[in-house]
Amino acid sequence: MKPSRTRNISILFQLGGLVLAFGFVSLILLLIDADPIQAFSLLWEGAVGNTTRIASVFVVWVPIVLVTCGVLVTFTAGLWNIGIEGQITIGAIFTTGVIRMFLDTPVNPVLVIILSMLAGMLGGALWAVLAGVLKVFSGVNEIFGGLGLNFIATALNIGLIFGAWSRPGVASMSGTEPFPEVYWLPTFQNFRFSWYSILLSVIGLVVIYFLLQGTHFGLRLKAVGKSIKSAFRLGITTWQHMLLAFLVCGVFAGLAGALQVVAVYHRLIPSISSGYGFMGLMIGMLINYQAIWVAPIALFFAALNIGGIQLPIVMKLDSALTGVLQGSLVLFVLLMQGVKQRVLGKQ
Amino acid sequence: MKIGFNQINKHFGEVHANVDINFNIQSGMIYGILGENGAGKSTLMKILSGFIQPDSGEIVLDGRVVEIESPADAIKFGIGMLHQDPLDFPPMQVIDNFIAGQEGGLLLKHKGIIREFKALQEQFGFTLDPEAYVDTLTVGERQQLEILRLLWLGARVLILDEPTTGISVQQKEKLFAALRVLAQQEKTVVFVSHKLEDVEVLCDKVAVLRNGCLVGEVESPFDTDQLVELMFGKLIILKDPESVSGDEIVFELQNLYIEQYPITIENVNFRLHAGEVIGLAGMEGSGQDVLLRACAGLQRPVSGRVIVNGEDLTGKNYHEFIRKGVGFLPASRLEEGLVPGLTLAEHFTVTSDEKQKLFIDKTYFRSLSEQMIDEYRIIGRPDTPVESLSGGNQQRAALSLLKDSLSIILLEHPTRGLDMESSIYMWDKLRERCKRGTSIFFISADLDEVLRYSDRILVFFSGRVSKPQDSAAIDLDQLGLMIGGKGWEQEIANEETYEAISNA
Amino acid sequence: MTGDVILLGLAGVIASGAPIVLAAIGETLTERAGVINLSLNGLIILSAMAGFWVAIETDSILLGYLAGALVGALVSAIVAFSSITLKQSQVAVGFILTITCRDLAYLLGNPIMGRQGPIMLSTPIPLLRDIPILGPLLFQQSLMTYFSIILIFVTWFWISKTKPGLMLQGIGEKPAAAFVRGANVSMMRYLYTILGGALVGLAGPLYTLSVKPGWKGTITGLDGIGWIALAITIFGGWNPIRVAFGAYLFAFLQWLGLVLQSSWTFIPSQVLQVAPFPLMILTLLLVNLGNTEWMERLLATLPDGVRNRVKKLIRSLRSQPPAALGTPFERQ
Repeated sequence: MKPSRTRNISILFQLGGLVLAFGFVSLILLLIDADPIQAFSLLWEGAVGNTTRIASVFVVWVPIVLVTCGVLVTFTAGLWNIGIEGQITIGAIFTTGVIRMFLDTPVNPVLVIILSMLAGMLGGALWAVLAGVLKVFSGVNEIFGGLGLNFIATALNIGLIFGAWSRPGVASMSGTEPFPEVYWLPTFQNFRFSWYSILLSVIGLVVIYFLLQGTHFGLRLKAVGKSIKSAFRLGITTWQHMLLAFLVCGVFAGLAGALQVVAVYHRLIPSISSGYGFMGLMIGMLINYQAIWVAPIALFFAALNIGGIQLPIVMKLDSALTGVLQGSLVLFVLLMQGVKQRVLGKQ
Repeated sequence: MKIGFNQINKHFGEVHANVDINFNIQSGMIYGILGENGAGKSTLMKILSGFIQPDSGEIVLDGRVVEIESPADAIKFGIGMLHQDPLDFPPMQVIDNFIAGQEGGLLLKHKGIIREFKALQEQFGFTLDPEAYVDTLTVGERQQLEILRLLWLGARVLILDEPTTGISVQQKEKLFAALRVLAQQEKTVVFVSHKLEDVEVLCDKVAVLRNGCLVGEVESPFDTDQLVELMFGKLIILKDPESVSGDEIVFELQNLYIEQYPITIENVNFRLHAGEVIGLAGMEGSGQDVLLRACAGLQRPVSGRVIVNGEDLTGKNYHEFIRKGVGFLPASRLEEGLVPGLTLAEHFTVTSDEKQKLFIDKTYFRSLSEQMIDEYRIIGRPDTPVESLSGGNQQRAALSLLKDSLSIILLEHPTRGLDMESSIYMWDKLRERCKRGTSIFFISADLDEVLRYSDRILVFFSGRVSKPQDSAAIDLDQLGLMIGGKGWEQEIANEETYEAISNA
Repeated sequence: MTGDVILLGLAGVIASGAPIVLAAIGETLTERAGVINLSLNGLIILSAMAGFWVAIETDSILLGYLAGALVGALVSAIVAFSSITLKQSQVAVGFILTITCRDLAYLLGNPIMGRQGPIMLSTPIPLLRDIPILGPLLFQQSLMTYFSIILIFVTWFWISKTKPGLMLQGIGEKPAAAFVRGANVSMMRYLYTILGGALVGLAGPLYTLSVKPGWKGTITGLDGIGWIALAITIFGGWNPIRVAFGAYLFAFLQWLGLVLQSSWTFIPSQVLQVAPFPLMILTLLLVNLGNTEWMERLLATLPDGVRNRVKKLIRSLRSQPPAALGTPFERQ
């Protein structure tokens, strides 16, 4: 069969997955007496209805891109970095900690921001390597290790917000005391949107693309991911490469967490990771681990996230609808891929 | 039971594994299916035993065309098969293996069945402990268990796929005796093998397969040359290669003591000369694999020393061993040799010395892999994923990945599953390296191979290691007896003198 | 603390351990057949919501449980279909489902949030309830708790004492060998995945109708339970008795945490809330000790007598998964 025809068939099956996902979600909506057409148009309106919303979509796009870039590295090495949520959180905590340290000092705020972001990357990397060490040296599967570390990071975060770093007066779910504006990453006009964040995620994308496509390191990671035993026999230092994969992913997750603090919330809030980590894993699966697709699919997911904000207000629907839609999308595309292999394999 | 094959065809992808196979097997005889690796024997037998279905053609049992859809179906027709790798449950007890798959009843009733088991095995002189765990048995004993199980289920036709690989002479004799008993009981025994001598001794009639086709049927007594010619399409005379062993010591084991449950290997002393080939013989799990892995730095010895080129590498890791000139080719090529999913070019990239560079020079590695593909006659392109290569080509690729200037190459079953041409080619390439001073340590379950290519042989029996045997001074039968634990009394007596010599 | 209070507490441990027992035993059955159902966490949350919803609507606790089991069976059927029939990664599909089911639960459960629902009462067993100590501990529980205890032994008996159980072990260990012995590997895997999932699905309503009554959306407090159950399956070495022991141990430690919290107020409540998770990591570390290389190296430095004793201890802790866990089976 010609390659172009195979590709067309692939796209057909993926579109089929998309249709099935929307069909499934429509059914769910009908089940709870909601109008699917209204819900979907509200999602669309909510995402692109005005410039503020479009800007918000890009605010969300940044961490999703960074996190997805990170998980592509661990996926390549055959690892399920489920601990990525915790890595984002720890990154945010480290960033907040550094800014707090310099709050009342004469140190140049620009330097503080840079330092705090570096600290965030360090924090994310540390948390990731911890999951890696558990996996490599103690055989604790990274799924369980990472998941446990996620819960610990969340507890640490909440402990800080309600404890050591609580607002003067009353601690609350709204987070720590916001930083003075000099410690904010400059934004574009009045939007919450920062060109620096966009720039950083684009750089991240390019780095990951070339790392995985063109470098010896990327190829060795791929070998480790495909068969750890064979890779070892061929002379690759496998556990070191696995830890490095965790490290790189942690740096990206930490950076995402840092940007949530310095560019978006300007403080530490309880759900600082916002589920972006898991979303990154889902997107990784959806795009079949191809770096080239990260930017557009992350944009799509970001738009759904922002669009979903209107749902509770207008239709009294839980915003979890977004998650259901994203999840069923990945699920049905994956299932259709399986159906395609079955159908084509039998020819 | 009378078995008929009628126009059987089977394809695997592009490979035509069985081509228009037609022949009949009468009951009450031992019928041989002869052919080299890849000739299509196993495929045909898997079709007969219901494991796979033919693309076309039919199986006729006692004049009736039957559809055998699964192994369970096959056993209902009275056909049972022993697979080359025993299909049993290693972590379970013998008796549970025996029961599993038996129909009727809900509860496991061990007592009565143990009695039946013992009565049945007595008929054949087997002495299995029904409560032993299967992972403590030898391959030969696992075969015995499978034979008993299939007979108990009512098998009237017993297919055995390469049953004489990896078992001792004693076990082989026991097996052959049991098969003759079965033939006398009017059961049909189908004996699949690529070993002429076994077929000649045992079978009443053979069908020879080559490249998926039936090329002839011959009745006992057999003419060896005729069988060889049928098998290979021409007469092949294998020359024993000349030794190129030098005087320089390249590899040395001193008082090596290794523990790897359940095997303990004690006090191994050995010196290997440049260009020398050493074969490690023994039944599976007798300790040869443990020793080989210790030589590769993959198994840490409890005490003793491993010395490569005069340098003590004891306790160093595998990668240090590689750097110091040790090469290792494991048995399972796609599980721990090559990386499935990576292309040939990517393999050459990963193993090259250019690792410290950041970016991959794709043109360079493309031409490098084209050059290696040429040199090692691999049938494939630089962008062919290794898993789509044939077994022989995978083995050539694995060999081509080993650096040129090695002190020693360690191989597990270098020609397992390869056809004759590929095997010969593999050994030619290895001998070339020997001439350049590389020495070889290899494990093989094929005693012929061990005898033919080794300069000296180490025999293993449940963790005991013999003194090096000169391959010119030992024959197949002696070797077969030794791997089964016979003839070691002499060994023990000799041990002291040997130690005195090796320490001198 | 008096004996009665402790006894009451321990009876509570049996009750609060019941849903974990159901989930972990269900998963044990599934994994014994060679399939990993990673969707447990989301599945429990979704079945908790569904069970509560149906129980409110129909005012029937029984129908609530049935709904939970049905949800569990359906979600697990997706896992089975995608991995057995479509040969997709079990981990990937399980992960997607665990996230999606959770969101689905919050979406669908929105209207019933905070509503008062039926609560399952305890059903003391006549005569047995009056046995000193054992009576209050075991025989004054709810019907589902009794069921969970019986299930432990039934599952154990099934796996190790019956012919189909023997075949179940075989399917997870070496499907090709089970296949030549007449087992329909794919069908059995479907069956055990769906059955295991249905048992897991009972755990959800057991929370919302009994252990932690009511549905409160994201703060219902069930997030994480499924992961714990998965870890307990590993800790229990895929043996129902040991798995159940792990589940009760976990429930006991949770209770101990609550007791400590009330007397040792200086420990922040967040610490105790997440305590199960480092504990989970620690137990997994423990059962894996014997498989690590550095442990082997460390052991080699010990004198013979001590080494053998330590080795024995580690080997007894070690848990070996079914050899074919997570791998597809194809007849070729």
